Amino acid sequence: MTTATVPDNRGRYGVFGGKYVPETIMFALEELETAFDEAIQDREFNELFQRELAIYSGRPTPLTKADRLSESNGGASIYLKREDLNHTGAHKINNAIGQALLAVRMGKKKIIAETGAGQHGVAAATVAAKYGLSCKVYMGKEDIRRQALNVFRMKLLGAEVIEVTSGSQTLKDATNEAIREWVAAVEDTFYLIGSAVGPYPYPKMVKQFQQVIGYETESQFKEIQKGKLPDAVVACVGGGSNAIGMFAPFIEKDVPLYGVEAAGMGVETAHHAATLSKGSNGVIHGSLTKLLQTSEGQITEPYSISAGLDYPGIGPEHAYLHETKRVTYEAVTDEEALHALKLLCENEGILCALESAHAVAYSLKLAKEMQKDQHIVVCLSGRGDKDVHTLMEFEEGGE
Amino acid sequence: MNKRWEVFQHSSDYRFTPYIMAGDPCEEATIELSLALEQCGAHALELGVPYSDPLADGPVIQRAGMRGLAQNMNLEKTVKLVSKLRERGLKIPVIIFTYYNLLLQLGENRFLKLAEDSGVDGVLVPDLPYEESGYLQKMCSEHNLALISLVSPTTREEKLVRLSSEAEGFLYCISSLGVTGIRSEFRAGLDDFLKAAKQNCRVPVLVGFGLSTREQIQQFDGSSDGFIVGSAIVKKIEELESDLLTNREEAIKTFKSYIESLLPVYSR
Repeated sequence: MTTATVPDNRGRYGVFGGKYVPETIMFALEELETAFDEAIQDREFNELFQRELAIYSGRPTPLTKADRLSESNGGASIYLKREDLNHTGAHKINNAIGQALLAVRMGKKKIIAETGAGQHGVAAATVAAKYGLSCKVYMGKEDIRRQALNVFRMKLLGAEVIEVTSGSQTLKDATNEAIREWVAAVEDTFYLIGSAVGPYPYPKMVKQFQQVIGYETESQFKEIQKGKLPDAVVACVGGGSNAIGMFAPFIEKDVPLYGVEAAGMGVETAHHAATLSKGSNGVIHGSLTKLLQTSEGQITEPYSISAGLDYPGIGPEHAYLHETKRVTYEAVTDEEALHALKLLCENEGILCALESAHAVAYSLKLAKEMQKDQHIVVCLSGRGDKDVHTLMEFEEGGE
Repeated sequence: MNKRWEVFQHSSDYRFTPYIMAGDPCEEATIELSLALEQCGAHALELGVPYSDPLADGPVIQRAGMRGLAQNMNLEKTVKLVSKLRERGLKIPVIIFTYYNLLLQLGENRFLKLAEDSGVDGVLVPDLPYEESGYLQKMCSEHNLALISLVSPTTREEKLVRLSSEAEGFLYCISSLGVTGIRSEFRAGLDDFLKAAKQNCRVPVLVGFGLSTREQIQQFDGSSDGFIVGSAIVKKIEELESDLLTNREEAIKTFKSYIESLLPVYSR
């Protein structure tokens, strides 16, 4: 397998990755890379990170066997990696803690972050409160309207939420605006990116802080199944942080990996966020990757019922894992995800996030093609409380 | 180095390089605005290409990009616009200011060939730092185009030396951190930065980002060889939008008197 050699010393995953940013912030990326490389070599930093994950976020998160769901579905049995049980309700906090500790180590007092649905914004605001940092969260006007509850949570945590009215007023524009702010305030500000995207070293750094998901899963599964590895691992992919964290320990092992994108209303329509299935090579937010765009290179607006998957790009390592065929990427529609969310609720008493429901939906399909004595692990990246409003709207609209 | 760059480089003036967005508010207006700028004394012209995600630009140029996009302006048409400018008599160097994704989708080689054939003199890619520009740099020299380098007050010293000594066309010095846009104040220590940039530079050193008044422009005469004005001019074009579409002759007159009010008296 060739994956051991990525990223190379220029921050490339094959042709993907790199640093496509204005000259003004190049020094900050170098400074960040040096600080990050030093930190992860430092035992004290790693112990601090592990301790914060344990006593602040409540790790390790459990690996729950979904008995009734597996039984009613048929085929392989399904295990859920319960990232929904983290503090603030999703895997996002792992990375937020890691980057905030790095910011503190670098002596930065201000953090900025972008957010779509508000989950990363809440995680960033949370760690800013915990470590005594100021926090500005950039959020599209349209998303502020759709996610009023998370906006209120961020403000409650002491963060400043900045409304972004440029472009299409969603996550992609919020990210542009956060980068613009970073260019202006780069000398004393840490940009806390929420997904495995952006210029190098961000994709590497986010993977490092999220790989706890995969390593815990591996040891928990081995303990239950007497040293065996799962027969398949499934995670949803927007920017791809929970997936890259979950896949990390398995990439070099003989375990089939599946990333699940949002097909929205269907990949054959114009309303989807299936970047790998339908996108082409291009540059977005500082990285060369796959993205949804016109033939002339204008970035197009994606669509998914799940705000966390509603992103026109994808982390460069996923683009690489797709190209090398190490990971199989599939797409699941809104309808399939909603159906899976209900099944999980009714059979297991777990309300998962709409993002995670995409992974559940695909694992239900996959399980049926596998044997009864085989096992699938699904990353349940977050809880669904934030989606209740969307679910209600959908139910009412559907009746 | 072509003839147009030679004239630019040998000029003894404090060089004026305006930026306008292609297709804002329409293609014919871009042509007439370009010619007007040359008549007012512009030494070179930066022509922006509309892009959906211009992360180095502030709100004024973002809005200009939206207007350009509404006209279906794109990179290929912008390059072809330059041959129309040449047909209409424009003599100053023209630099295409484009984000990297647009270049990638058109194809770097296709772009460079088209640019060379259309009378383009340089390319500036704000999201392609030196570290990522090796291939484009090599291809630009094969096609007689200058790849314009940007340096910032945050550029490290050894990199500043390298970029300024290798610069072609002109060296673009960013006056302040942040995106393009009108500013009332500049960074402290800017003169030292400009001095350091000039030290190893074989081509004119231009200062840009935020300049919007005659006083601000005059402030850098002496420490730099020229200046770039973008957002202030683009904002004036925005104000004149409807006249530029329907009563162009009048609008161009107003535009020219605005440009004259902006320029240091001695540079014309």
